[in-house]
Amino acid sequence: MKGIIGRKIAMTQIFTEDGRIVPVTVVEAGPCRVTQIKTVDKEGYGAVQLGFGSVREKKLNKPLRGHFQSKGLEPLRHLAEIRVDDPGAYQVGQEITVSIFSKGEKVDVTGRSKGKGFAGVVKRHGFGGGPASHGAHFHRAPGSIGACATPSRVFRGSRMPGRMGGERVTALNLEVVDVKPERNLLLLKGSVPGPKGGLLLIRESVKGRRQRSRKAHVLT
Amino acid sequence: MQKTDVVESEYLRDDIPDFRPGDTVKVHVRVVEGNRERIQVFQGVVISRKGGGTRETFTVRKVSFGVGVERTFPLHSPIISKIEVVSQGKVRRAKLYYLRDRVGKKARIKEKRRT
Repeated sequence: MKGIIGRKIAMTQIFTEDGRIVPVTVVEAGPCRVTQIKTVDKEGYGAVQLGFGSVREKKLNKPLRGHFQSKGLEPLRHLAEIRVDDPGAYQVGQEITVSIFSKGEKVDVTGRSKGKGFAGVVKRHGFGGGPASHGAHFHRAPGSIGACATPSRVFRGSRMPGRMGGERVTALNLEVVDVKPERNLLLLKGSVPGPKGGLLLIRESVKGRRQRSRKAHVLT
Repeated sequence: MQKTDVVESEYLRDDIPDFRPGDTVKVHVRVVEGNRERIQVFQGVVISRKGGGTRETFTVRKVSFGVGVERTFPLHSPIISKIEVVSQGKVRRAKLYYLRDRVGKKARIKEKRRT
């Protein structure tokens, strides 16, 4: 598993050689630094902690300041952990850039989705809603939320209005359309969660490999 | 400068002539048939240009066998091999959608007089 922390810049579109238009999200990713290595012996699982973006030391609290100081690293704004099988292959202070990804690879992108505020059921859960006209009085209301005397309560988890968005979302299997190491840019096919400028965690795709092997199985 | 310009600039073409709505253009389009490629020419009046960067498109309208045909091309698309400006029109609008409701003599556009 390899990964990098980045920031969503914006979306645009580019052309393939045969004139097809590809929608892409431009992501500024890295350079990140390895700030901590977690091993099976010590922490019970293998992982690397990555840091991204500079920050004034004054902005950090004491524990974080100590975390960077003990490793002799510059303070970094964002930290994220990525599970790896071989933490021995990494060193604290190692720089990780977009060049770990190559064109055509599939990645998973995790971010915080745009907050939608208090949303109704039509937007939040995709309810159909009622007719807009012809004298209808039922428009976007949720309708029935259960039966009457039995069970004489509303079941937990009934889909109702409420806060929507602003949660952690992972977009799976996005294609890396292009990598520009000189500008730390990644071009990913399609959209990614979150607003422009939102923090993203870009990781090697979990499903990509499995799907390919399944397909190979069908063919044989 | 927008943040995506760095990415888009690679895909922008610099061999596109200056043309505006009202101009008559010949668009040479690359058409792939099987593994053969040929050039098809689409000639007509530019009735709109919209968008910016790699997203910019233009619409060309022509009347073919009495039927109005409009084609919208992405300006920077590699399927366009060449754009020729045949004549420049004198128009007072950026979008010439009114041409759709006009036929015959009324659908003419005055030619710009070169000074």
